Amino acid sequence: MKLLTHNMLTSKCLKGVNVGYPLGIVAKDVKVLETEFNSEFVSRIIPKLDWDTLWNAADSIGHAGDLPRAVCDDYENDVEFLKKVHHVLVEVEVIEGELVCPESGRKFSINKGIPNMLLNEDEL
Amino acid sequence: MDTPSLSHLSKIEYDHVYEPAEDTFLLIDALEEDLALLQNIKPTVCVEVGSGSGIVITAVAKALGRTSFYIAVDINQVACKVTQKTAQLNGTDVEVVAMDLMSGFHLDNKIDVLIFNPPYVVTPSEEILGNKMYGDLTRAWAGGERGREVMDQLFPKIPDILSRCGVFYLVVISENCPEDIKHLMNDLGFIMHVVKERKVRGEYLLVLKFTRK
Repeated sequence: MKLLTHNMLTSKCLKGVNVGYPLGIVAKDVKVLETEFNSEFVSRIIPKLDWDTLWNAADSIGHAGDLPRAVCDDYENDVEFLKKVHHVLVEVEVIEGELVCPESGRKFSINKGIPNMLLNEDEL
Repeated sequence: MDTPSLSHLSKIEYDHVYEPAEDTFLLIDALEEDLALLQNIKPTVCVEVGSGSGIVITAVAKALGRTSFYIAVDINQVACKVTQKTAQLNGTDVEVVAMDLMSGFHLDNKIDVLIFNPPYVVTPSEEILGNKMYGDLTRAWAGGERGREVMDQLFPKIPDILSRCGVFYLVVISENCPEDIKHLMNDLGFIMHVVKERKVRGEYLLVLKFTRK
């Protein structure tokens, strides 16, 4: 699970949970895989991100590095900034661990990079 | 659009995961026909619901490349693993999450391309939940009454899922009453287009596309 995916996941589907966002991350195995940088993609995805969620997620697994706490102005032209965002969004990957519902504490396992958001019948 | 290789899959996987068939290939043909349009809307997030073998989202990821992010979801955990493998072996980057339809997504109009080849076969309603005899696979095709019970759960969420220029691709058969789907989606603010249709062994397949009015 990459942090861009984490930015879009919620546990709201759980009975009694209102927002379920952002999910906590308990990382047991994190891998960093270098991928081709595409500045256009990163520039275009930034407006869709919940930045605080991204920063906190990166920080919680020890990969915030020098990622700024806020999106800088004129980010489209700031290649250094875009490269940092690229790294955190798509190069850092949680292979084994758990996602944690912020309201109920319900844990969702991440196995071989695949989060399991499936619920039991009594949780719906 | 290149058809991804599935040579890593065998009978063992196909006991649990839907093997690509005419409906799958019609969907890939439709996406190929629309490739220029897809490139034109410059998607950043493409999602396939019920990715099964992973052949469709992998084909899309191969064709559109690194200008977008790709996520596949499936309720069947074997399908999730198989999708991940298909993407990897074909040199693409596809994120995989196990969930029921879009239930685990924070829905706020971020998805530019949504693809769904749903369980559309008309069956008794109870078959949707799968049964022990058929294992996970029943859920890949059992659609309940009019074959609509699963896809009908997703339709009301489309307005919150798709981005402004977003597009939703859906495979149906004539028994699913496409005209009724057209009216339903019209009420939700979407126009329906028929991208492809083909009659295969008594099944009349259509690939529908929905865009905002």
